[in-house]
Amino acid sequence: MEHYDITVHEARALLESKQISAAELTESVIDRIDSVEPQVQAYVTLTEDVAREAAAAADKSLSSGDTTPLTGIPMQIKDVMSTKGIRTTCSSLMLENFVPLYDATVVERLYARGPVLMGKGNMDEFAMGSSTENSAFHPTHNPWGLDRVPGGSSGGSAAAVAAGECLFALGSDTGGSIRQPAALCGVTGLKPTYGLVSRFGLVAFASSLDQIGPLTKDVEDSALVLNAIAGHDPRDSTSIPGERPDYTKALTGDIMGMRLGIPKEYFGDGIDPAVDAAVRQGIKTLEDAGAIVEECSLPLTSYALAVYYIIAPSECSTNLSRFDGVKYGFSVDDATTAWETQEKTRARGFGPEVKRRIMLGTYALSSGYYDAYYMKALKVRTLIRQEFEEVFKRFDALITPTTPTTAFRIGEKTDDPVSMYKSDTLTIPVNIAGIPCVSIPCGFSEGLPIGMQVMGKALSEETILNIAYTYQQATDWHTKRPPGLGPGPV
Amino acid sequence: MPLTREEVKKLADIYHIRLSDEEIALLQDQMANILEQFESLTQLDTENVKPTSHAVPLATVLREDVAVPSYPHDEVMSNAPDKQGEFFQVHTVLED
Repeated sequence: MEHYDITVHEARALLESKQISAAELTESVIDRIDSVEPQVQAYVTLTEDVAREAAAAADKSLSSGDTTPLTGIPMQIKDVMSTKGIRTTCSSLMLENFVPLYDATVVERLYARGPVLMGKGNMDEFAMGSSTENSAFHPTHNPWGLDRVPGGSSGGSAAAVAAGECLFALGSDTGGSIRQPAALCGVTGLKPTYGLVSRFGLVAFASSLDQIGPLTKDVEDSALVLNAIAGHDPRDSTSIPGERPDYTKALTGDIMGMRLGIPKEYFGDGIDPAVDAAVRQGIKTLEDAGAIVEECSLPLTSYALAVYYIIAPSECSTNLSRFDGVKYGFSVDDATTAWETQEKTRARGFGPEVKRRIMLGTYALSSGYYDAYYMKALKVRTLIRQEFEEVFKRFDALITPTTPTTAFRIGEKTDDPVSMYKSDTLTIPVNIAGIPCVSIPCGFSEGLPIGMQVMGKALSEETILNIAYTYQQATDWHTKRPPGLGPGPV
Repeated sequence: MPLTREEVKKLADIYHIRLSDEEIALLQDQMANILEQFESLTQLDTENVKPTSHAVPLATVLREDVAVPSYPHDEVMSNAPDKQGEFFQVHTVLED
């Protein structure tokens, strides 16, 4: 296997035993990017110079023995997290030339552990979308089928991990934006409990739903990256206080007697039979490993999509009102009044999906509709949370498909927002309830990956990661790499 | 039923965003389709339910008010589209 295709923990073993250097590993990934990036287009900005410098520093640390599990590991960061001195665009014309003054807390925490930043990941503009087609710069292509979307909004991150253009990536998940692309690109994606990871320096989309998490090749890597990024941050008032455990220690591979619920609303109508079959086979694997499996019901599941598409646009319309063409970001030069500057800056700086959500949010928050839409959605959110709390009294975790189908074709859903929104049906309830969830590869249909979710109650990352780890010990879906990428006919 | 042109225009005015005639026409239909999806929520009785604005209940978080140096002025201004000396420059706010 090529160096760019290995996992973080495999790379760590090679680096620490001096079988490769951080510089060699980084060059392997740079070569890989040179070769496949024209097809995949997973990056907005490449930072080879920063990467080579960091690799040299990592090699010094490695020779002095002053290392962490992430020393010298090539990574990508979704372009929604602030990186000091490196432009952070959110894949929007509004921030095309924006260079942050400071690092996001997650970036700061990672830098302290010595990984190598390869660049910033392409995404749907301001993280709004399910296909990465809403990037103002270019779409990203799914490494498993270049005519397919990688999912979104962290599509560049999932595609980069799958294609070997980094060893791990950080994404953000507001309604499935880590898990849905992870499923469609055949990688492992974790959305932690809301508040486990600091949002300071994450450009806000929907503040009560946004959460940062890792996209990796397997669950062991997921735990390693989570160890680095999780932690209380006084700069984020929604950050959960207290220490975080060592998540790698939870990966015992023992799930004997664990109670797994299979919520029936996540199966059946609208779910591709191949996805259904792969996930049911996955459940069987967990049962064979000693878990106790039982069907359960979450009757409010079908309401989550409506709740989400009221709350998220409402919060987005508020958050994005900061873009006024004055302090930073794009600004028009053909206005004569301050109001005109603002109106025209937003008209030209935001793309169609962002405008659609701003308008929806403004509608839901406007006088006369506030109670009927926004307040109603917040109340149903309470009911959905309670429903999860009830079911977690009986189960340690829930197993579901991540997406109703495998990756759809580029362009297939761009003209129909409602059909695009529905591709997040199975990922959204988790964000509404603030609970953690990991998506892992569990099979293929016509050469395209299928994902399976493991959901747990708040702060049960150790449990869900161990279940996912146990699954990966018994299967090899996570070891598959997309064939046929690189120069030449595909 | 599609939203009226005036309804969409009014929302754009509230938000201070300029939309083209084509954008308004498209949003009249698209927003109506999306809003239709929200109708299902009326089936649920939420009479005595408290709203959840954040999934993880946290009381107001307070910290010691400690003075720390701010970011250097020139760095803060470095992303400004238009500036004059130490200030952000904007066009006329109050018109005649």
